[in-house]
Parts: sequence; C-alpha cells; structure tokens
Amino acid sequence: MKITVRIWRQKNADSKGKLVPYELDNVSEHMSFLEMIDVLNERLTLEGEDPVSIDSDCREGICGMCGVVINGEPHGPENTTTCQLHMRTFNDGDVIDVEPWKAAAFPVIKDLVVDRGAFDRIIQSGGYISAPTGSAPEANNLPVPKHDADHAFEAATCIGCGACVAACPNGSAMLFTAAKITHLGLLPQGQAERDSRVLGMVEQMDAEGFGGCTNIGECTAACPKGIPLDVISRLNRDLMGAIARS
Amino acid sequence: MAVSGLVMVGYLLLHMYGNLKVFSGKAAFDEYAHHLRVFGEPMLPENGLLWIVRVALLLAIVVHFHAATRLWARNKRASGAQGGKRYHSNKGRTGIQRSYASFTMRWGGVIILVFIVYHLLHLTANIIAPGGASDSPYQRVVNGFEIWWVTVWYTIALLAVGFHLWHGIWSALTTLGANRSSTRKASKLTPLAWIIAGAITIGFLLPPWAILLGLTG
Amino acid sequence: MTTDFFTLGDDIADTAAPGGPIEQRWDLHKFNLKLVNPANRRKIKVIIVGTGLAGASAAATLGEAGYQVTSFCYQDSPRRAHSIAAQGGINAAKNYRNDGDSIYRLFYDTVKGGDFRSRESNSYRLAQVSVNIIDQCVAQGVPFAREYGGLLDNRSFGGVQVSRTFYARGQTGQQLLIGAYQAFERQVAAGTVEDNTRHEMLDLIMVDGRARGVVVRDMVTGEIETHTADAVVLATGGYGNVYFLSTNAMGCNVTAGWRAHRRGAYFGNPCYTQIHPTCIPVSGDYQSKLTLMSESLRNDGRIWVPKVGGDTRHPSDIPEDERDYYLERIYPSFGNLVPRDIASRAAKYQCDDGKGVGPGGLGVYLDFASAIERLGRDAVEAKYGNLFDMYAQITGEDPYSEPMRIYPAVHYTMGGLWVDYDLQSNLKGLFVTGEANFSDQGANRLGASALMQGLADGYFVLPNTIANYLADSPFEPVPDDHEAVVEARKAVEDRVEKLMSIQGNRTVDSFHKELGNIMWEYCGMERTEEGLTKAIGLIRELKAEFWSNVKIPGTAGEFNQTLERAGRVADFFELGELMCIDALNRAESCGGHFRAESQTEEGEAMRHDDQFAYVSAWEFGGDTPVLHKEHLEYEFIEMKARSYK
Ligand SMILES: Cc1cc2nc3c(=O)[nH]c(=O)nc-3n(C[C@H](O)[C@H](O)[C@H](O)COP(=O)(O)OP(=O)(O)OC[C@H]3O[C@@H](n4cnc5c(N)ncnc54)[C@H](O)[C@@H]3O)c2cc1C
Ligand code: HEM
Ligand code: HEM
Ligand code: SF4
Ligand code: F3S
Ligand code: FES
Repeated sequence: MKITVRIWRQKNADSKGKLVPYELDNVSEHMSFLEMIDVLNERLTLEGEDPVSIDSDCREGICGMCGVVINGEPHGPENTTTCQLHMRTFNDGDVIDVEPWKAAAFPVIKDLVVDRGAFDRIIQSGGYISAPTGSAPEANNLPVPKHDADHAFEAATCIGCGACVAACPNGSAMLFTAAKITHLGLLPQGQAERDSRVLGMVEQMDAEGFGGCTNIGECTAACPKGIPLDVISRLNRDLMGAIARS
Repeated sequence: MAVSGLVMVGYLLLHMYGNLKVFSGKAAFDEYAHHLRVFGEPMLPENGLLWIVRVALLLAIVVHFHAATRLWARNKRASGAQGGKRYHSNKGRTGIQRSYASFTMRWGGVIILVFIVYHLLHLTANIIAPGGASDSPYQRVVNGFEIWWVTVWYTIALLAVGFHLWHGIWSALTTLGANRSSTRKASKLTPLAWIIAGAITIGFLLPPWAILLGLTG
Repeated sequence: MTTDFFTLGDDIADTAAPGGPIEQRWDLHKFNLKLVNPANRRKIKVIIVGTGLAGASAAATLGEAGYQVTSFCYQDSPRRAHSIAAQGGINAAKNYRNDGDSIYRLFYDTVKGGDFRSRESNSYRLAQVSVNIIDQCVAQGVPFAREYGGLLDNRSFGGVQVSRTFYARGQTGQQLLIGAYQAFERQVAAGTVEDNTRHEMLDLIMVDGRARGVVVRDMVTGEIETHTADAVVLATGGYGNVYFLSTNAMGCNVTAGWRAHRRGAYFGNPCYTQIHPTCIPVSGDYQSKLTLMSESLRNDGRIWVPKVGGDTRHPSDIPEDERDYYLERIYPSFGNLVPRDIASRAAKYQCDDGKGVGPGGLGVYLDFASAIERLGRDAVEAKYGNLFDMYAQITGEDPYSEPMRIYPAVHYTMGGLWVDYDLQSNLKGLFVTGEANFSDQGANRLGASALMQGLADGYFVLPNTIANYLADSPFEPVPDDHEAVVEARKAVEDRVEKLMSIQGNRTVDSFHKELGNIMWEYCGMERTEEGLTKAIGLIRELKAEFWSNVKIPGTAGEFNQTLERAGRVADFFELGELMCIDALNRAESCGGHFRAESQTEEGEAMRHDDQFAYVSAWEFGGDTPVLHKEHLEYEFIEMKARSYK
C-alpha cells in the first residue's frame, strides 16, 4: 500500500507544532500502526532527519503507554489501542493524520509524546485502599459477590492511556477517575475510604486543570477498554453522598 | 448546575401546561393567570406563590448562569482553548470528536438567555408589545403571535430550548447519579430526555402557531 | 576449547543461606536478622530502580515502614512496568481446592520445574510466602476471579496437576501491578516515596565497596543526574529483548543490571531463557515484537503440520491423513500439553524440516476444529473468546474458521544478577529482586511463578533482609563532589557523548535486529558448541561495527528515543556475548538451555548433574569473563530426570 501520513511535529513543550506530511510506499497491511511509524523512523534517521517521537512499550494493548489521535479519533478508527491498530484498517492512497493527545493537563513533551503525570497524582489523592504490607486478613475471609467482583473488574481494566481525556471536548478526566472510584467502591475492602477517596480524587482532578464533565459520552466511545459510562454516575452518587456526610 | 437546570425544567413543564390553556379560550387563560396570583390566599399575600416561584427561578437562573460560564471557561482552558475542535485533522468531523452537545449547550444557552429577557419584557412586563399592549394576558399572547416574526423568533428560541434540554435533562440526571448504562445510547435516560425535551418544545410551540394560523377561538 | 573465552575463578557460596529444617529456615533466619529502629528509618535512604511487581511492592512496603525511598522507572508512569502484560495468573499454595496442594508441593514443583538448578532454600521460601501474597493483594482490592459464592477461584496452569493459580481474567499481571502501584502512589502522597518517571539508570555508584547510588538520565531533558542513598535495589526486569523479538515490552533492557555487572556484580546463569511455544508468528521484517497467547490454548487446540513439506494448500483442504499431529504422536501421554521447552523445540524441528506453515515457513497450526465440533462454538468462545479476538486483531484471520498459526518466542529470562538468600548481590548494599535476579527459578520457570516471585521479593523478603544491612546505616553521606560520584557521572557522560559522536550509516534497530538474529539462531532453542563459538565471533564483529557506524540523530540534551535505544543495544551486545559463553560452558541440557550434544537417543534433554549442578556466577572481565561456581545441593528433593513420554 501507498499512504501519506501527516504527523504532528513539535520540538518541545514551548514550541508551536504543525502537521508535516510523509509519504510511504511499501506499507504492508499486516503491519501494526506503530510498525509503520518504525519504518518511517528508520528512513528519517538514514536521511538525517529527526525521527518522530512516539510512546509505546508493551505493544499488546495493556500498558497504556501508546496513544495518538488518528484522523481526529483517539487510538484511531478501531476500538483498540494504537499499538493494536493494524494497517489493514486503511486503504491504499489514504492520507492519515496523526496528532498527540491535546489537553491542558497533558502537556506535549515532543511530537506525539505527552506528559500524563496528572493521572498518577489523581491516584495519589485517594485511588487506593490503605492496606499496609503484612496486615491483610486471610483472603477468603471476605467473600465478594461475583456480580460485584465482575463489575469491579470491568472498571479496573482501565489502562490509564488518557484517550478519554483526548476525546472529551471538555478535556475532562472523569472517565478515568470514575473507573477507579468504581473499582474500589464496589469492593467491601474499599468502603472505609470511600468518601475521602472521591473527595480527594475529584479535587485533584480539578487542580490538575482537567475540564468538568458535562456528560457528553465521547470518552466511553474512545476508550479502548470499553469503560462504561455509568461509572460517572457512580462517581457522582459517591460525591454527593460524601459531600452530604462531610 | 444540574439542580438549577432541573428546577427550570420543572417550571417549564408547569408553564407549558398553563400555556396550553390558550386553547380553552380567553376566560380560562386569564383565570389561570389570575389564579396564579391569588393562589394560597390568605395564607400567602397576593402574588405570593408567584413571587416564590419568581425568586426560585431567578436564583436558579443566576446559579445556572454562573456555573455555566465558569464551567465553560474552565473546559475551554482544559481542552486547549479549542474544545472539540482542537485537533487539526479535518477528518472525522462528524466522528466522536465533534460533539453537538458542547455547541448546543453553550450557544443554545445564550439564545435562551436573550430570549428570556425579551420574553419577560414582552409578556410579563408588556414593555415591548408587538401587536399592542393589553391588560389581559390572553390578549397579549394573541396580539403577539399574530405577527409572523414574533412567532418565528419564539420558534427559534424554543428549538434552542429543545436542544438544550435534550442534552441537559440526560446530563442533569447522570450528574445526579441516575445513569446505570454503559453507553449513552443504551441508557434509559436518553429516551426520557428526548420525550421531555420534545414535549416541552412542541407543547410550547402549539399556542403561537395555532394563533398565527388562526386556529384558536 | 571453551576456556579460550573465559577464565575460572574461585568457587563461591551463598553465605547468607540458613540451614536446618526447611520449614523453619525462613522464620529462623528472619529472627536472626538485625532490625532497624523505626525512629532511625526516617534517616535512611533507599534507591529502588524499577516499578514492576518487584519494585513497586518493595517501594510501597519500605515507604510504609518509614524509610526514604527514591524510585526510578523509564516509562511515563510506574503503572506501565512490564509486569502489566502477564496474562495467565499467579501461583500460591493456598490449597483452596483441597486437591493435595501444599507449600511443600509447590516447593517440589518449583525445584523440579527448574530442572534442579535452583536453590532449595529459596524455592521453599517462595512457596511459603506465596500464601501471604494473595491475602495482601485481596486486601488492596485486586479483583481476582471469584466463584458464585464470593470466594476466590483457581485454575490449573502450565501442566501442573493441582489448581493453585489465582487469576483475573487474562489480565492478572495488570491487576496485581495496579494493586502494587496504588500502594506505591499512596506512599508518594505520604511523602515517603519519591517517584521519578522517565528516568533511566545508566550506572551504579560504588563508594568504599558499597553500592551507594545511581547515575540516571532524565529522558525528557537529557540531563545526567546522580542520586545517592544507603542502599540500592534493582528491580529492573528481564533481558529477553537481547533477541530483539520477544514477548517483552519494547523498552525492557539489561542496562541497569549490566552496568552493575561492570561495576563488579556477578551475573548468574545468563544462558537460561524460556521460550514460549504459543506466540503469534512473525509476519514480516518490520516486526517489532511478538505477542504471547495464553498457554491455556493448548488445553483444547491440537497442534499439527502437513505431513509433507512445502504443502501450500489451505489448511482446511488438507485431509486428516495428510496431517501430522506431531506432539500427540511423539508424546502420547502428554500430547499437546508437554512443557513449554519441549513443545517449542518440537515446533522448531518441524519447521527446520521444511514443514512449517505461513510466511517464511515459521509456524505450526493450532487447530480448534475438533474442539468446536466436540464442545460447540459457544463453549469455545466462552473459554477463549478474548484470545481469539486478539489473534484476529493482529493477524486479520478468523481462528474459528481456520487454524491459528503459532511459533515459539523468547519469553522470560531465568538468569540475572547473582544474589544470596538475602537478595543481596556480591556487592554490599546492592539488592536485586524479581526477574532481574537469577535466584528462585533455576533453569526453567513454572507458569504463573514469576509474578509470585516478584511480589514475594518485594512485599515480604526484601523488606526483612535489607533491614539487616541497613541496621548499620545511615552511612557516611556521599557528597556530589565525591570522587566516585564524579567518576561515575563522567563515565556516563563520556559514553553518551561517544554514542552521539559516531554519526555513521546504520540505524540502531538494524544492529539490534541483526544481534537478535544471531542470538535466536545460535543461542535460542537449541545450542551447539560450533554455533555458539561462531555466534561469539559474529557478535564481536557486530559490536565493533556498532561503535563505529551507528547513527543517532538529534542531540543528547533533549528527548531522544534513538539515543535511549542505542544505549540499551550497546549493553545487549556485551550481554549476548556472555550468554553465548555461559551456554558454551554448560555442556548439558537443562531447563531453558538445550545443548544438541547432550540429548538422549530419543532426542530428550540430558542433564549432567555430576558436572553441572552449579550456578554459573560470572564476574566481568572484558573479553574474558571469570566463572565462579556455586555448587547446588539437594537435601530434600531427589534429583531426577524429567520424562514426558
Ligand atoms: C507477555 C508475558 C506474559 C507473562 N505472563 C506471566 C504469567 O501469567 N504469570 C507469571 O507468573 N509470569 C508471567 N510473565 C513473567 C512476568 O510477567 C515477569 O517476569 C515479571 O512481571 C517481572 O517483574 P519485575 O518486577 O521483575 O520486572 P518488570 O515488571 O519488567 O519491571 C521492570 C521495571 O524496571 C524499570 N527499568 C528497567 N530498566 C531500567 C533502567 N535502566 N532504568 C530505570 N528503570 C528501569 C522499568 O521501568 C520497570 O519499571 C509474563 C511475561 C510476559 C512478557
Ligand atoms: C440563562 C440561560 C442559560 C444558559 C446560558 C445556559 C447554559 C448552560 C450550560 C453552559 C450548561 C452546561 C452543560 C454543557 O455545557 O453541556 C447548561 C446545562 C443545563 N441547562 Fe442550561 N442554560 C440556560 C438556561 C437553561 C434553562 C432555561 C433550562 C431549563 C429549562 C436549562 C437547563 C439545563 C440543564 C437541565 C442542564 C444540564 C445540567 C447538568 O449537566 O448537570 N438551562 N446550561
Ligand atoms: C410560546 C411559548 C410561550 C408563551 C406563549 C409564554 C407565555 C407567557 C406569558 C403569557 C407569561 C406571562 C404570565 C403572567 O404574567 O401572568 C409568561 C411568563 C414567563 N415565561 Fe413564558 N411563554 C412561553 C415560553 C417561555 C419559555 C420557553 C420560557 C423559558 C425558557 C418562558 C419563561 C417565562 C418566565 C420566566 C415568565 C415569567 C414568570 C413570572 O412572571 O414569574 N416562557 N410566559
Ligand atoms: S478510561 Fe479508558 S480511555 Fe480513559 S484512561 Fe482508562 S482505558 Fe484509557
Ligand atoms: S466525553 Fe467528557 S463530558 Fe464527560 S462524559 Fe466523557 S468526560
Ligand atoms: S504500547 Fe502498551 S498499550 Fe499500546
């Protein structure tokens, strides 16, 4: 296949970026999207140009390190991560636009690489269960109804990639935050800190400069792990309850 | 935000019910307008209920407006100043990036605000009185809507209200924790919002158009 | 012959190892270890490199205990360490199934699975603390699979006969790591752990014979920084990426361990690599990594190749009697469920015979047709649906209607820095945990035991053993202008400058791929004296070319991903060489190391316990490393040959 990629090039956080077109002749449909970029980078390197900076690690759709906006959609047209997107999704002659996540809370580091440290700080503000090592009771002392466990698991599959923020017209981190609130809030172990967790995490989310959620729902559509939208309602219920009690 | 919005939705439902009395003729409508003012007497002073409602509405609108502008500013900052349009790619404009909601909520809200000011001057205070002022609320309404551009203007405003509520009702209920579905499409709240928003728009639009087309007594 | 490549040093022993009844060793040892007064802990600093299961759990635990922890990882968040990719599960001797499991059985399985090349004391301790791991993870909110009654579910994994594997759908590693990561972030919030992401360790700082700090590069600004502490812990994962193609993440590297090795730390058993039989085959030369599919597929899938090589018919057009279900044929009792190394090697032989299928003839079929017929499509979908989807996503083929193609791939490295029972390397104050050390898995690792080891080390072992060392600290502070610090920093700066100054004509990846090919060809599933000798020569040539002809664009003082890769590949050359030398020395077949010269008449692996029942601990020696042997003794489990016929 022959394709043209227009890639966002930006030297560093302070400079202005722009889309730069590159033509690729021998793209195999079996390549992953990132392998296509690898091939381009090999060529740029040999031509003495700066290769495109792009994050990835596991390339299995689980670490959440990769993620770019492809043709205006976070992680591209398929419901998967950027690393699991394959070129067979595209057609010969296509022009593909590639841009980084854009959100005030995710400053660009270089080209397609952004800083998602804000997510870690949201977790620091309550996204955990305080269980010092060694203090745990026997695991089966605490049965968890399978339904709750499955539901908690579903929310826990969030990989922290940030596509939800990139998709949200408000740049809100609500889906990410709500997924964690749901995961921990559904388990009996998570009850003791339920109020302080939601208060702390929401406050941090605001402090990081994420937008407010107005329930648009783009986040769920972009999420490669299909984190369901009702987690947001659950967060709101917890939040109202916590405010009422505090 | 959600609470203030829903207070207003509640008011609109009542208001619409009242407006539909236009179809029962002048007497019924004026009676209803009068009744509003003497409701609860002697426990409440004249206009008591009306004033309670007015204060509540004013409060709601102030809270709503304040929250809306702050949210708007914050979200603009958070999404890198351009909201849904911050990506340069011109592909997939209709895709998941370009949401109707952020557009209709904000500009729709502004249209509604302008409309409410006009509307109050027109039908409550009767300062602007296209078609002639009158002491009878019924007459004011009829006088106004017999003029085509008044009706068109009300229609535009009501479409704005409709869109605002289509998203707003869903959103408010979700914010209050009522959504239990994994996507918006699958949620029971989506049809609910549709029905209420549609009912309000159509319910409000019936009287003006009926008057314009001369269908009322 | 082989000794041309290395010299023989003195034997070594694990002096920290306790004696006595195996069940009591760990408890007695803990009792004998020195403690650190809680008030003193605040003054003691520990550097932990790596935030995988081994690193994050250690940082969280030491932070909670009150030490000042400084953590580093190369990803943009601690949560992305490669532990996240583990699918299958984690073992623990809970015996929730009442199927005869016990700590002793897990111990036995580990030692046997490791083909009698691991230490009994370590393996026993691992089995012992496995029980606490599950408790700890559940308390943190790890959403393990559960039964309808609300209790934890288990499955059997990797061919063992008891169900002792705990799992969270196909994402066990992710859920465990998120649990450890949350505990870690809680300590960051509490101020006991300082978190440095996008920082790569490039050297170890040794002061007066003790590990006292690290040199790191801030990957965003390119700045070289030095950090000092009272002890250094490396939890930097495995080095499978020396093969270029592996199931490891793109960034996995040996740099931290290798730099420590160059500063004097012994490298244990570098040649033991685990090759996993069920990976998605390579599709082209652009391939950047290989994807593992869970081993559980072999429970119902049947593996076959066409009977005659070069058969280009569509698999469904090949009639039953022209197919060779070779595992069922050769190993009638275990069939498709033979251990990983046997299944991998058998696939290689078929492909070497020209019977392989798919691009380049590097693949064999894994067929679910009879399972679908027997169980119905729905049942197969319920069991393996997500794996089938993953396969379809990557290959564009539908495994319900045509057989999957699979091929073995490098998956795990049993070797690593040598450590004693306390997880301390031969360098004082340098501790190594998780996959980065060599310690508990012997010559081969059981499925679902790596996660167990990482968490055992981080939550329960290291926090106790490191205290014994730290009881004498805080040590004399090391100022930034200390000569050792200045020297280490300068060494790193010089090396970076050297790499940037070459500006040759070849890309870093082209070197890495070539190195990977050499390693896979000669130091992969099957090794020979001739091949290994050849490989060492080839690697040396390639290394020389690298240092004169590599091209790295950009500058060192900025975000530069090519430079990051170049540094890692440079270390892989040296490691690859050592792996070949180690493999050459070990003229026996054991676990993940198969020497063609050492097999039975039926082609099975043959150990030589009389000559090789030792750990190879390599001391850095430039072109001629020094071999130290740590002899292994088995008091509790009798050494036996494996047989799966
Ligand atoms: C695909 C796959 C599936 C697996 N499935 C299973 C399974 O089902 N069950 C099982 O038990 N095991 C499984 N394993 C093995 C297991 O996942 C690993 O052995 C284990 O997770 C390693 O953990 P770790 O903490 O030692 O290292 P890792 O998780 O690899 O962490 C390494 C850390 O070190 C950091 N680091 C590395 N180098 C540097 C440097 N130079 N400077 C700074 N930081 C550095 C990294 O940033 C990272 O934080 C699987 C492995 C793979 C690849
Ligand atoms: C004064 C004029 C108004 C303005 C400027 C305004 C503006 C807004 C804005 C900006 C939002 C934020 C939601 C988003 O961006 O998606 C909003 C939400 C909402 N509005 Fe309005 N609006 C106005 C009048 C009204 C009226 C008259 C009603 C009802 C009759 C109403 C009902 C709602 C509801 C229900 C919501 C959803 C609240 C939530 O998401 O929690 N608004 N409005
Ligand atoms: C065709 C549609 C409408 C008609 C015919 C109509 C008619 C009227 C009339 C006749 C009054 C005066 C009642 C009185 O003074 O006794 C009134 C008041 C009012 N209307 Fe409407 N209205 C319409 C739509 C709307 C809409 C869409 C809104 C809000 C978004 C609205 C908000 C109000 C408010 C706030 C008042 C003032 C109530 C008070 O005085 O307390 N109206 N309307
Ligand atoms: S919620 Fe979905 S899109 Fe958002 S960070 Fe998690 S996995 Fe990514
Ligand atoms: S798209 Fe944004 S507005 Fe809320 S529902 Fe999702 S975070
Ligand atoms: S690289 Fe890990 S999710 Fe894509």
